[in-house]
Amino acid sequence: MALITFITSDNETKIVEGHSGSVMELAVNNKIKGIDGDCGGVCSCATCHVHVQPEQWDKVGTPNEMESDMLEFDDNVSKYSRLSCQMQVTDNLDGIILKVAK
Amino acid sequence: MKKSNITDPFEKSRLEKGFGEMDDQNDPVVMALRHKDVRKCAHNWKTFQSGAKPGRIVIPSEVNIRDIRQIPFEVDPPMHGQYRAIVEKWFKRPLEEEYQDALKKQIHSIVDAVLAKDSVEVINEFSLVLQSRALTLLLNVPFTESETWISWGTHVFRSADSDLDADKANVLYNYIDKELERVSKTPTNDLYSVLLNSEVDGKKLTKEEAKGVIILTFAGGRDTVINAVTNSIAYFAEHPESLEKLRSEPKLINNAIEELIRYFSPLTQMGRVATEDTQVCEHAVKADTRIGLCWASANRDESVFENANEVVIDRKMNPHVAFGFGTHNCLGATHARQIMRILIETLIDKVKSIDIHNYKENIETLGEFKRKVGFDYINVTFK
Repeated sequence: MALITFITSDNETKIVEGHSGSVMELAVNNKIKGIDGDCGGVCSCATCHVHVQPEQWDKVGTPNEMESDMLEFDDNVSKYSRLSCQMQVTDNLDGIILKVAK
Repeated sequence: MKKSNITDPFEKSRLEKGFGEMDDQNDPVVMALRHKDVRKCAHNWKTFQSGAKPGRIVIPSEVNIRDIRQIPFEVDPPMHGQYRAIVEKWFKRPLEEEYQDALKKQIHSIVDAVLAKDSVEVINEFSLVLQSRALTLLLNVPFTESETWISWGTHVFRSADSDLDADKANVLYNYIDKELERVSKTPTNDLYSVLLNSEVDGKKLTKEEAKGVIILTFAGGRDTVINAVTNSIAYFAEHPESLEKLRSEPKLINNAIEELIRYFSPLTQMGRVATEDTQVCEHAVKADTRIGLCWASANRDESVFENANEVVIDRKMNPHVAFGFGTHNCLGATHARQIMRILIETLIDKVKSIDIHNYKENIETLGEFKRKVGFDYINVTFK
């Protein structure tokens, strides 16, 4: 089980509980604004872009090549950008804070 | 070779030099063929603009048959974003349950109808009907309007005689003028009314601007959706094992949708006009000339997709560009994906087998390249 905090671009904070699946799915199911997940999680749309807190980056890990290539051309990208469809909900993510990029 | 296969004519050029060249009504096109270059150029809207003369970024060019700017498609940032913001929410309506229920009802009834027939010509009796009826939901207009659109045939701009048919385009334009006239007197809750009631920069959208959005909605989702649906039927006819797999693992339907769209790439390419002397894959491109973002080639790039020329129905990572990429990505994608989802679910539910009898391939010629985009006709039996 993991409690994940989403902060949307209009500064609303929502804490949701996840057990399995991807962080994108969790966000979509909880109607987190700015996370659309248009492609359903195959890394083709970048509508699930989040920023990880620098101090929590190690918990999340770096994106693989396909994800990095996708992020390279996305707006508002930072050193701590991830596509949440490529992050699996595990106990390890408990307490993580994610800022929605869009 | 299987009848549903769509081969990749760009492979050799993509590997050897990374670009292709074609002429189009004396306005040549340098086609970006590699996944990375296509995404890079699509991202760089300053150098590769969409807001050129209306019709010019379309290949084949429509400058001779159209003066109206399609919106937000033929507008660059920052204005693009303002127009897009008006329509974005409306085009996400396919995510609503009510919309999906209505679409389900439509597709069920079409599938029931073809199951009752001995033989069906898929394009005219299935895909065109499905696309037209579904469009009534996207525009939020009465179902009966679809009968008019079905009577127009498979292409809005193209007909059997010539690629660019101005008469046919006028049928659509006159129709839209009439509809906009109608709602300007008596607004309803359809897309026409929503547009005429919207504001950009504190000013109401003009009829001309609303028309630009509506033309895009009609033209962009016509042969693309028809080809995606028809090619899906051909694919499942020859791959009952894939339908079986999706039946037992419905979670994979999402992967299947994205993979089929990648493989079919219903829109081969989209153009841009260079605003300065530049290059594509180290090939010089002069200011005020055109490039093509070849989605179909990028989607077969072997450096990105393993077994790129196969439909891997449960493909996990699939960064395809079949809906375009970046600022101008497809506005109708949510609607198209929902059509694909409900179509697949309905086939799983109701159809045991599909047999292909005869067919003729629809081949596009793009300079040196010949690409199959679908079929001119394909007769099948649904059981």
